[in-house]
Amino acid sequence: MVKGSISKIAGPVITADGMKGSQMYEVVRVGDERLIGEIIELEENRAVIQVYEETVGMKPGGVVEGSGAALSVELGPGLLRMIYDGIQRPLEKIKEQTGDFIERGVDVPSLSRTEKWSFTPVVKKGDKVESGDILGEVPETEVIRHKVMVPPGVSGEVLSVAKSGDYTIEEMIVTLKTESGKTEISMLQKWPVRIGRPYKEKLDPTVPLLSGQRIFDTFFPLAKGGTAAIPGPFGAGKTVSQHQLAKWADADVIVYVGCGERGNEMTEVLEEFPNLEDPKTGKPLMERTVLIANTSNMPVAARDASIYTGATIAEYYRDMGYNVALMADSTSRWAEAMREISGRLEEMPGEEGYPAYLASRLAEFYERAGRVTALGSDGREGSLTMIGAVSPPGGDFSEPVTQNTLRITKVFWALDASLADRRHFPSINWLRSYSLYMDAVEPWWSDEISSMWRELRDKSMALLQKESELKEIVQLVGEDALPDRERLVLEAARMIREDFLQQNAFHEIDTYCSPKKQFEMLNLMIEFYNRADDAVSRNIPAKDITDLATIGEIARLKFVPEDEFEAKIVEIKKALNEEIRSLVDKYVER
Amino acid sequence: MALQLKEYTSVTEVAGPLMIVEGVEGAGYGELVDIRLSSDEKRRGQVLEIDGPRAVIQVFEGTKGIDTARTRVRFTGDPIKLPVAREMLGRIFDGTGQPIDKRPEILPDAFRDIHGAPMNPTAREFPREFIQTGISTIDGMNTLVRGQKLPIFSGSGLTHNELAAQIARQAKVLGEGEEFSVVFAAMGITFEEASFFMKDFERTGALEKVTAFLNLANDPAIERIITPRLALTTAEYFAFELGMHVLVILTDMTNYCEALREIAAARSEVPGRRGYPGYMYTDLSTLYERAGRMKDKPGTITQMPILSMPDDDITHPIPDLTGYITEGQFVLSRDLHRRGIYPPVDVLPSLSRLMKGGIGGERTRDDHANVSDQLYSAYAEGRDLRNLVAIVGEEALTDRDKRFLEFSDRFEKEFVTQDRDEDRSIERTLEIGWRLLSILPERDLKRIGADYIKKYHPAYKEGAKEASDKE
Ligand SMILES: Nc1ncnc2c1ncn2[C@@H]1O[C@H](COP(=O)(O)OP(=O)(O)OP(=O)(O)O)[C@@H](O)[C@H]1O
Ligand SMILES: [Mg+2]
Repeated sequence: MVKGSISKIAGPVITADGMKGSQMYEVVRVGDERLIGEIIELEENRAVIQVYEETVGMKPGGVVEGSGAALSVELGPGLLRMIYDGIQRPLEKIKEQTGDFIERGVDVPSLSRTEKWSFTPVVKKGDKVESGDILGEVPETEVIRHKVMVPPGVSGEVLSVAKSGDYTIEEMIVTLKTESGKTEISMLQKWPVRIGRPYKEKLDPTVPLLSGQRIFDTFFPLAKGGTAAIPGPFGAGKTVSQHQLAKWADADVIVYVGCGERGNEMTEVLEEFPNLEDPKTGKPLMERTVLIANTSNMPVAARDASIYTGATIAEYYRDMGYNVALMADSTSRWAEAMREISGRLEEMPGEEGYPAYLASRLAEFYERAGRVTALGSDGREGSLTMIGAVSPPGGDFSEPVTQNTLRITKVFWALDASLADRRHFPSINWLRSYSLYMDAVEPWWSDEISSMWRELRDKSMALLQKESELKEIVQLVGEDALPDRERLVLEAARMIREDFLQQNAFHEIDTYCSPKKQFEMLNLMIEFYNRADDAVSRNIPAKDITDLATIGEIARLKFVPEDEFEAKIVEIKKALNEEIRSLVDKYVER
Repeated sequence: MALQLKEYTSVTEVAGPLMIVEGVEGAGYGELVDIRLSSDEKRRGQVLEIDGPRAVIQVFEGTKGIDTARTRVRFTGDPIKLPVAREMLGRIFDGTGQPIDKRPEILPDAFRDIHGAPMNPTAREFPREFIQTGISTIDGMNTLVRGQKLPIFSGSGLTHNELAAQIARQAKVLGEGEEFSVVFAAMGITFEEASFFMKDFERTGALEKVTAFLNLANDPAIERIITPRLALTTAEYFAFELGMHVLVILTDMTNYCEALREIAAARSEVPGRRGYPGYMYTDLSTLYERAGRMKDKPGTITQMPILSMPDDDITHPIPDLTGYITEGQFVLSRDLHRRGIYPPVDVLPSLSRLMKGGIGGERTRDDHANVSDQLYSAYAEGRDLRNLVAIVGEEALTDRDKRFLEFSDRFEKEFVTQDRDEDRSIERTLEIGWRLLSILPERDLKRIGADYIKKYHPAYKEGAKEASDKE
């Protein structure tokens, strides 16, 4: 191995001499404490290294030792339910070693070497297998059966396979006869984080990733295998949105990357998820979740790593044929980490000091999302959906990270401080946001819920659009000056905004709304509008309509439990009929 | 340990707060440096960068008087450590940790690296204990909990000091006798401002529960980089080793950030937004994240940084990056202040992210979250109408609108406004809230559950009429 020595230390970046023979992105050990670093620039003898731990106390002359390998993660049973730091060290284990505060230099394996997993083979001696083929299964948690796969680049004939039983991840379970001889396979694999895991083919997303959040599912849907960005100023609701997605999205596996954000937000997930039930499986949410935490005060270089660590773990479960969703909160902190490191390298700064490669790094990251046919002869499909929070300085979306992200992602959920200020949550601006998956997911809605879904949604959007135009007039002349039909548009739009779009993440029932309920709620609102509009055209005053008691009932629908709302809607429709009929009786001569 | 530390006289360059020493051997990144001037004056610095034999050092007390010929430099081999002890309670130090209260030196119980270490998220416990500050806009609508970091965003000339002092005085966790210990760090504030706080602590007999670190306006700017770290190191010792509940007040963070900018400029770093260093977010987080509560420790650190928003601009990098790290913010408004309202808390941009866990049936009252939400949306609507009235006149308003307008006026007068020593209970705060909400048509109280309306709305409460008339 290459052995060099430190010549310069500037924050998280050190320079070492005598490093000839090293490779770009090779992992090195730095100094007496053998801190973990990664080579990010190489020139002759000299390597520039970003160090994933605090560099205080490092001295010129300290030893730098190459490892020969690129920064990699460990893949195998035991990932789920874990909380890792940015370079995949289990935080629970770190705590056992250094106590309540994280000290540096801790060396712990990512996956337990002693824990035994119950392995059941699905291949037998003589079978021909290729990369990605499933060799056996392990019930990793109550909800996820871990597929032990032939590693990428390996294929051959099964010479021997372990019997069903309990094994550690390092024990060999299958021996293959390959072209070059024999290959032994255990349940533990390693994969370099900066390289996307291979698949056979990318497919277009067609199925929505449902989250039970009305504004997402109905108005700006995300598809399984798709990408979304949530930019917004501080306190607008990025983290709450990401947590809601992590809780309620109908994915099989969730990878949540807390990148440069608050410690308490990770603690919150750790406290909450084991006690929350997945609506799909009825099992605790933690059973399908992996957490990566590089909080804002942890070493900045590891922030960069945390994003890649998360993506690689997510791809691994995608390869097993699962629908995986990855949340990254916040990608801006990752971009800032790139900027800080780039600044220390004295690279030529691009816009606002970010390195020129910011755009390509973001694109490469989101490109790892997708619905794919995985490696393996069974043609199984898996998907990786990515949702990135963006934290633009001053809430100004024209800055480089937001702009470069929007160029890649297909869904834009635009958070808006003025909505948050008035506690309109989720404070997503319905006029600015968009989804490019509308057409892709329409068949699903049409088949599973109703063929009217698209029409309903578009009609609602049109009302909201009309409202914003009318509001400009109201600003000049007051609402009283509007004709009755337009006042009804305001009422209907207000209903959609307050009673449909607003959704309280902390309300026991409102926190999750099934697609069926979403559709029925909106359907009722539009029906209300149509009936009301019809009544007004028959000279019934808008004032009488906006005073109808059913409006209050519609507003409370969101708090009606899933198993009661259908009956409730029937009831409301009946009441609405009666109320309108009595207005007709009052005003319209027969 | 090397007992004999080599002394260097090879200062080759002095620029702003930085100095460069050549020919250095064996010095470590980040370590403490002792500097002796030709006048024999002693200063301290920290290694910012080492490039072979060349060390860049930031000098905390400033570089004035440092010459390249006779200045002597010693590398101590250690990070900057603060001697800590229980007896620091009730003491006053300067911005570098030297006692300035004419009392003896501290006998240290321990030495702590002032940079601290990140708390392991698995060791944290999510903060949920309601702190009653007696201030309605806080307790009712932006509830503070023990272990939270919640700054005051203010502007020059606003009453943030009065508010902070009032919070420090009145803060208590209901049902517990124990008071907060206060660690107070001043960065570049004036003597008057600092003495306002010290007098307030003295007046209420709280002085023996206060530890103060004072870097005043005429003290060296670079010192401000370490002052808050000394305060937080002390707070961590009190909280996590001695089991105290500590309230840390850091003021004014804007001066801290200016010092940070000064160092970055001296190093000719590529500046981030508006000239502040690109790593300011990370740097600030290493202060603000030193708050919280832990599973296995009894004590807590609650942080209340104060900052003045340059030009009252909340999108300025200092409030912006702070808001991205802290768990909410109290925003003071010049408009409310001009209209004579104290405390001039503008609730709309204010936020407590940890509120939801700290309120409700067992902690405050079952209707608390609903009432707060309703007050927010009603006040926001009233404020919008105020703008509308300015254009179209009150005549154009509907009856409903007029009620919202009245609501928001009275909200500012009765809910927001309170005396500087008025300590309202949470029940009292909610009661005022209900009284104001009863101005509105009941069907517009959409954020409130029907059962709470029955239970708390004045219209449904017997004898409620008389009670509210008395006010
Ligand atoms: N859907 C929601 N329902 C109820 N409250 C919400 C919702 N979304 C956001 N909030 C409120 O807004 C606050 C701020 O939200 P959040 O922490 O998600 O902001 P953020 O955009 O992540 O901010 P930062 O960039 O500073 O991390 C929350 O603490 C909560 O009080
Ligand atoms: Mg957030």
